[in-house]
Amino acid sequence: MGLADPGAPLTALLARPDIRRGDALAQVASPSVPTGFAALDAELPGGGWPTGCLTELLPVHEGIGELRILGPALAALSRAGRRLAWIAPPHTPYAPALDAAGIALTQLLIVRTAAVCDALWTAEQAFASAACGAVLVWPGTAKYAELRRLQLAAGKTRALAVLFRAPRAASEASPAVLRLALHTVVGGLAVRILKRRGAVCEQPVVVNIGAPRAVDIAVPTQSPARSAHAQHCDA
Amino acid sequence: MRPGITVSAARALAHDLVVRPRDPAEETEALLGVAGWAAQFTPRVAHEFPDALVLEVSGSLKLFGGVDCIRASLVEGCARMGFTAFAACAPTARGAAWLARAGVAPCIEHSDALESALAALPLRIAVRAADTLEALHAIGARTVGDLAALPRDGLARRFGQPLLDDLDRAHGRLADPRAFYVPPAKFHARLELPAEVTQAEHLLFAARRLFVQLEGFLAARAGGVRRLELRLFHREARMTSIPIGLVAPSRDASHFTLLARERLGTATLAGPVRALALAADDIVPLTGEPLTLFADESGRPEDWQKLVERLRARLGAASVHGVCSAAEHRPEYASRACELTLARGREKEEEEKVGLRPFWLLAAPRPIMEVGAVPHYGGPLKLVAGPERIESGWWDGSEVARDYFVAQTSEHALVWIYRARDAAGGWFLHGLFA
Repeated sequence: MGLADPGAPLTALLARPDIRRGDALAQVASPSVPTGFAALDAELPGGGWPTGCLTELLPVHEGIGELRILGPALAALSRAGRRLAWIAPPHTPYAPALDAAGIALTQLLIVRTAAVCDALWTAEQAFASAACGAVLVWPGTAKYAELRRLQLAAGKTRALAVLFRAPRAASEASPAVLRLALHTVVGGLAVRILKRRGAVCEQPVVVNIGAPRAVDIAVPTQSPARSAHAQHCDA
Repeated sequence: MRPGITVSAARALAHDLVVRPRDPAEETEALLGVAGWAAQFTPRVAHEFPDALVLEVSGSLKLFGGVDCIRASLVEGCARMGFTAFAACAPTARGAAWLARAGVAPCIEHSDALESALAALPLRIAVRAADTLEALHAIGARTVGDLAALPRDGLARRFGQPLLDDLDRAHGRLADPRAFYVPPAKFHARLELPAEVTQAEHLLFAARRLFVQLEGFLAARAGGVRRLELRLFHREARMTSIPIGLVAPSRDASHFTLLARERLGTATLAGPVRALALAADDIVPLTGEPLTLFADESGRPEDWQKLVERLRARLGAASVHGVCSAAEHRPEYASRACELTLARGREKEEEEKVGLRPFWLLAAPRPIMEVGAVPHYGGPLKLVAGPERIESGWWDGSEVARDYFVAQTSEHALVWIYRARDAAGGWFLHGLFA
């Protein structure tokens, strides 16, 4: 005897988060953090940055917008009282810019490390702590086995865990659950989804991460001239 | 094997015997330490020298969930400090001490049952003086019950009144006033190691016992510490001091152990360690945390504090910091590393509008090329916003006079550059709009 509605158990089964279908995005178990960019949210399983697993960002060139794309999510997390850990960043995070992006400065934790192993250790500690809402890691030349360990540690966290890696890492295997290659196009940032749970994404997603508006200050038309006041003080 | 035989005779009986000298002063020290720890259960802790403590717990039963819970906590806590303990409970202090000393460890709640429980105890528990014990054995008294059955006036004449007084105190027939232990204002505990130790893991094992003792000591005072000092003593070299700092006061032994693990992992020892001591001078009141009904998404404040302390213990305090902004026009002074706050984010202060600022500011401006009046950074740069003129700091010697622009590289990345407005001029890269 068949069941009254043979479709119902199958639908229930397919809704399980550990079943992945080739034609759809996977279900996610942990809540996601909206990216703030509708076009990108639509392409990410769970509709935002995943938590409890590693996300890799691979900008083609340093400084093309790899932080601006995280800006809305970081701002939302910091306003919710979660801490943001920056582990082994390549430069100093600049307070006025963070402030302008709406990120609460009191929620920041900057950790400088001398060696890759220290950075990975710090990341594991940050994942293990319930205080962190986002953990941003610049792992340098971390190897696959080390990243695998990090992914396992990230599985226990409720934080958004982001690794920033060099573009050449795109061709290497990675344990990260979500991998995004970033490059610039006219009109914003093109996000190529190298890996996600669910269907393959063919087309890059173009995200307008905010072009700088012109600063409303008079443009000097001539060669730089010093103000009279400054000259006076030099003299 | 009996007390009083020589070491050589004992060795003949058991060839694998380990002989250790006994240090009564250290035993007393250890007993005082345990008394400080046990004060967390009741303020009425008294010594029963040389080897017992009596605690008056009738006022604490409700808080700690009954007498069995207190006994279990006492035995378990002593085990964590490295001591084997028997806990007995009786209506009289001396009665409880005798029962515990006998190792039978029952729990007698009513005076009616006390007499029969005490009667079964061997006489050596009640009578410490060796000659009295021998004389009593000679007249056939083997147990406390036998002693109690002897005629009182004869006992008093033969062995003196103190023996009878002891017996009466144990049975509750005579008052037994005690001088309660007053814990010192500062914590100091020392632990001699059975053998010289060089490995951090072994040191940590020993240090954990001291941390447990400290935890109880602090719990008794409803306090916490911000600073600890672990001192390692060597046979020849001077002692090694390992300070452990905390962001906020704490009294969590497992947290202290974690911090000590990181510190011991990086510390260099002057030699093998033969003793270690733990000192905490500055004890501050520790306010309790309100319990929340619903789990808070952002974690508890102590999670944050523990993370910061753990990172600092391994990486050094200077490597772990926060960021804050300063009211300053010069870009390099507008952001600085600062101490981390325990408080949640404050409301943003109202501040004046500034131009667009990059997420990454370079540690120092980097000169870039200028080709045909166009700045180059991996190709010609296209100026997309600016200039923003910043002229400031003539008063403190690090004056800046610059025109800042947002420029786009040939890869469409945005950079923050400026043209120096001094005599040398030239273009500089100062930030990346990451």
